[in-house]
Amino acid sequence: MSLADYLQYDFVRNAIIVGVLIALCSSLLGVTLVLKRYSFIGDGLSHVAFGAMAVATVMKLSNNNLLVFPVTLVTAVLLLKAGQKAKIKGDAAIAMLSVGSLAIGYLLMNVFSASANVSGDVCSTLFGSTSILTLSVKDVVYCAVISVVVIAVFVVFYNRIFAVTFDENFARATGVHANLYNLLIAVIIAVIVVLGMNLVGSMLISAFIIFPALTSMRLVQNFRGVIICSVIISVVCAIIGMLIAIMCGTPVGATIVVTDIVAFLLVYAVGAVAKIG
Amino acid sequence: MTRRMNEPTPLIKCRQLTLGYGSKDIVRDLDYEVNVEDYLCIIGRNGSGKTTFLRGLAGLLSPKSGSIELCDGLKRSEIGFLPQMNVVQKDFPASVREVVLSGNLSRLGHRPFYGKEEKARAKKNMERMSISELADKSYRNLSGGQQQRVLLARALCATSKMLLLDEPVTGLDPRVTSEFYELIKRLNRGNPEKGTEPITIIMISHDIREAVEQASHILHIDKERQFFGTVEEYKKSDAWKMFK
Repeated sequence: MSLADYLQYDFVRNAIIVGVLIALCSSLLGVTLVLKRYSFIGDGLSHVAFGAMAVATVMKLSNNNLLVFPVTLVTAVLLLKAGQKAKIKGDAAIAMLSVGSLAIGYLLMNVFSASANVSGDVCSTLFGSTSILTLSVKDVVYCAVISVVVIAVFVVFYNRIFAVTFDENFARATGVHANLYNLLIAVIIAVIVVLGMNLVGSMLISAFIIFPALTSMRLVQNFRGVIICSVIISVVCAIIGMLIAIMCGTPVGATIVVTDIVAFLLVYAVGAVAKIG
Repeated sequence: MTRRMNEPTPLIKCRQLTLGYGSKDIVRDLDYEVNVEDYLCIIGRNGSGKTTFLRGLAGLLSPKSGSIELCDGLKRSEIGFLPQMNVVQKDFPASVREVVLSGNLSRLGHRPFYGKEEKARAKKNMERMSISELADKSYRNLSGGQQQRVLLARALCATSKMLLLDEPVTGLDPRVTSEFYELIKRLNRGNPEKGTEPITIIMISHDIREAVEQASHILHIDKERQFFGTVEEYKKSDAWKMFK
């Protein structure tokens, strides 16, 4: 079957729409996270989201997000607070939280799961499932609405986010409520992590957030340009990755992340060559 | 010194000010006044609380006791602050224009984006700091002296009254350092022909000799004693004699 044949199917189109939206949203704040040294928050959050997902599965909730989202949100706020205080303690706290949620999540899924294929369930929660290919129209709309909100919030607060990222002390001195915006950043990340879990799984979502940002920071020299560029890179990589995944039958999340890595290495290599030449 | 003959207008009054973190007091019972057009240098050993004090003035730290009173209609958001450079900025992809423009943040109110007025203000201050030709360059690729000018232009977008500077010349070579001091002095004097008002300066310096040379007032903070007064008074004080 050729690519055009695949695109005739609704489920393929739905998957690509959702994939693009998630890629777009997750790359928006990547630059801020990398620059503020908050990358660890995305990582820690995704582990906690996995734990919450396991609990939700065991509790047989009608909608897992009812539990996963609040838990992730609260954790985002806690991690932010911990990260701002003593550096080393914050680090250790996050490591504890991450590994702890992983262990508890796996344990719960193993002990309580009624499913015949526990390791399959765990694996798909961790690394993304093929459920992206079975999305209903409702799922697509849900994802689109959240994406629009995330994008709108980011655009409206863009100048504040820039100021708080570049120089928190200066922003504070000119009367910006820096803590409020740090909180806003944490909330958006929590939303993105939960949203992205379905596509790429909880382990891989932070790659979605970080890689496009790192790639575009090597290409562009101003903040707005870096963000626009990272959105483009992220979306293009997501589309390429998903098409490869669909055509070759590889896991969706991992394929997209590998595409992101390839893009990063390409830019890195071109940069290195340009420096020598 | 001539303009100081006129009746001075207070801009900041500190009364019995104590600042610190947690249970630790770093600055204790400080009494002083900064008047409009003053050039105050804060000197003292490392760890004596200079930065803590400046953070208090910038509103980043609330007093544990005593008060900081802003006078003459000065608002907290009208203080231009030039913090020490942080690690984040070293590799930060932002153009000079973006950095300078961000100084207008307090003028936004509830608007999300900068308008014509803020852009004009940023442009004017870039010209004032002679960095207009760098506007599209990336901040991370500039020299130390250029970066300080950018941050100064940003601070000037926030204020037309008062600048707080935290060791601005650290890491600059001697020539750039003296240029920078000259620039601060010009801002302090103002330029009536160009319609720029004199700006009150409060600067932390680790170079006592230069501070005495540049400033009109000195605040010397040390564990044992504190001195506040004009440069002339400072030169007669024990602290200065000990230094010499």
